[in-house]
Amino acid sequence: MSTAAIELKGITKRFGSVVANKNISLSVQNGEILSLLGENGSGKTTLMNMISGIYHPDEGQIFINGQEAVIASPHDAYDYKIGMIHQHFKLVDVFSAAENIVLGMNDGKKFNMNDVYARVSQICEKYGFEIDAHKKIYQMSVSEKQTVEIIKVLYRGADILILDEPTAVLTPQETQTLFKVLRRMRDDGKAIIIITHKLHEVLSISDRVSVLRRGEYVGTLRTADTNEIELTEMMVGKKISLNIERSEPHDIKDRLVVSNIQCNSREGVRLLDNVSFVARSGEILGIAGIAGSGQRELLEAIAGLQHIDSGSIIYNNPKTGVQDNLRDKTPIQIRDLGVRLSFVPEDRLGMGLVGNMDIVDNMMLRSYRHGKGIFLKRAEPKALADKIISDLQVVTPGTSTPVRRLSGGNVQKVLVGREIAAAPTVLMAAYPVRGLDINSSYTIYNLLNEQKEHGVAVIFVGEDLDVLIELCDRIMVIGGGRVTGIVDARNTTKEEIGLLMTKTDGGQTNE
Amino acid sequence: MLTTIASFINAAIIQGIPLLYGATGEIITEKSGNLNLGIPGIMYIGGISGIVGGYIYEYYTPEPVAALCIIIPLLCSLLASAFMAFIYSFLTITLRANQNVTGLALTTFGVGVGNFLGGSLQSFFGKSGSISLLTTGNYYKTPLPFAEKLGLFGQTFLSFGFLAYLAVIIAVICAFVLKKTRIGLNLRAVGESPATADAAGINVTRYKYVATCTGGAIAGLGGLYFVMDYIAGAWTNDGFGDRGWLAIAIVIFALWKPDLSILCSFIFGGLYIICTYIPGLSSASKELIKMLPYVVTIIVLVVISARKRRENQPPAHLGLPYFREER
Repeated sequence: MSTAAIELKGITKRFGSVVANKNISLSVQNGEILSLLGENGSGKTTLMNMISGIYHPDEGQIFINGQEAVIASPHDAYDYKIGMIHQHFKLVDVFSAAENIVLGMNDGKKFNMNDVYARVSQICEKYGFEIDAHKKIYQMSVSEKQTVEIIKVLYRGADILILDEPTAVLTPQETQTLFKVLRRMRDDGKAIIIITHKLHEVLSISDRVSVLRRGEYVGTLRTADTNEIELTEMMVGKKISLNIERSEPHDIKDRLVVSNIQCNSREGVRLLDNVSFVARSGEILGIAGIAGSGQRELLEAIAGLQHIDSGSIIYNNPKTGVQDNLRDKTPIQIRDLGVRLSFVPEDRLGMGLVGNMDIVDNMMLRSYRHGKGIFLKRAEPKALADKIISDLQVVTPGTSTPVRRLSGGNVQKVLVGREIAAAPTVLMAAYPVRGLDINSSYTIYNLLNEQKEHGVAVIFVGEDLDVLIELCDRIMVIGGGRVTGIVDARNTTKEEIGLLMTKTDGGQTNE
Repeated sequence: MLTTIASFINAAIIQGIPLLYGATGEIITEKSGNLNLGIPGIMYIGGISGIVGGYIYEYYTPEPVAALCIIIPLLCSLLASAFMAFIYSFLTITLRANQNVTGLALTTFGVGVGNFLGGSLQSFFGKSGSISLLTTGNYYKTPLPFAEKLGLFGQTFLSFGFLAYLAVIIAVICAFVLKKTRIGLNLRAVGESPATADAAGINVTRYKYVATCTGGAIAGLGGLYFVMDYIAGAWTNDGFGDRGWLAIAIVIFALWKPDLSILCSFIFGGLYIICTYIPGLSSASKELIKMLPYVVTIIVLVVISARKRRENQPPAHLGLPYFREER
């Protein structure tokens, strides 16, 4: 085998006590496309960020063309002819494509935009890009922006290209065009690493696949010798038993009936596509999916924060028996209907709590419409704050500490405690244990279970499949804004869910 | 009639020059994403430090030399205003203090220091009365030698001291640098999207510091022009007035384009003094007419915000701190 274009040996990266990458070794040849496959949080992007100079490995070595390389900054990476195309484009909106491409470069020659345009069109011709170099970024579609990013790294002479989930934002047609270009670059002798979790894309584009799981290297296979099922198994791994207590649901009633909702972003991208499901009282409905598949939009649509283009969300009021459509109602209107909806958003200190305010004030964010007169009554929220602190064992100097000074787990306890105190009939929690230690996580699981036993319809968006399988009663899997399946959590496997997660072409599976 | 128009244009240009310095300085600063509201204070500092430098030189030298009379106040002014901008940069870029608060504090500070030194400089040197640097002022006021021979045209357009021409030259250079050079492209990227600039290997901190300090130094020259040329080497407390704020208004009016700001400065200069050219105005209506520049600025703001043309918007990252760790 010839010398690898890039080779990683024993790379380890830690963030505090968290090990993001553990002893990872892999290599890519010139004229080869390697897929890097793994779930969310498996450390793919971290690993690639070390190659592109954004992070620095704690242990291990990187070899480029057989020579050991120290990549301390993105600038160094360019010098080693490494170019990374990030998931979030780094482009200046008001600049033209060519201006973005040449930004920050200094080749010592006289600065002349006409030369830049000439070279850009040369590169476009060579690899078959179609782009108007004079067009401003803000007038471009997502796929055009991505093309600019790719040309940008090629313009800098990159021989090793890293693409972080390039197809996540593309339509199937655009993906085909991108793959055509990638193949042409491969045939031109470039080494290409593509991060993805879409299995069919892995199989169609790459020569070899390396799989990561929870920051660890699982193995590398030749694409021709493998299949979706084998890759899924490598990706999700063996089942780990967590011993989360799960009670049998009783007194199940349809609480929230979501039918055929569609949402589009302001740019016209489909966020939710024909999503239908039922959330039942006394049951935990898990939602699984690759990050950014529409989980956030779905919860926000129910909470009245996301505009819905079509479909309905029917709430069955357990007290009055009335059915209300929550579609296109504001959170206040929803509350005025007597719908007791609690929402623990993903972004705790952004959407859930105000970081600079203390626990009592944050309690009042939920109850500010109570009471009369212009003066605040702090006694009631103070009592609630004290109750949450003692019930959930929140570690805090007192109720007057700004919540941003609390640790992640304690912040989450305050938020969940407040939402549960509102005695909800529907409780939605997005990634409630993200960043929490084991004990805090179990506290949250128990709280959710308790709510379920009280007859609350719990919707739990999670990323850890083991947790979803042990905690939930049913699991709905979404991919690309569509429901790809709803499974019974007691009789499912990680592989089944993993396959549904990576399936983006739709198709309903019955329970 | 013709002579009245000519004298109005001449006066408008004279009034426009300090505004042009302030506006050019602020545009360069804002292009790096720093909203420096300390510019009015920096212009006071630019003026008073020129006065102090010139005063000390004239005081200790029996026969001042023309070249030093010009260079010493010029250097004092440039350094002092750049230093003010450096304080702003250190607070907002390195310590990430709030840009608006820092800028307003610097303005209050600059105006105060200017008035304090201007009011007490004479007494420091055991004299009384107000400052008058006639020699220095005269050198600064010397018009182009051939101006007189060109009749009305020369009187209208060429009868200024060198700082007036320098203002236009600096504005043109800044426009060229921003539009046509690599440095300009990088600087605009820093103001639009520092994270992008950073990823492209541009030293964001350095660009912000250099642009802000250069901008401050340029703005300070506006104060120097005012005290040395316009009022001929003297100081009157609060004499510079609200011209610094007007300069910031011009930045918006000129859509962050230094070349356009030349024209805008002269228009604002004209609007600033037009009340004295309209006969028979009561003092109340004069004050109303003085509002014109600000009214025009508000209208421009409304129009550009409504039209939403991306090229005419302020730099996208204006006023925001940049944390590299947050990417």
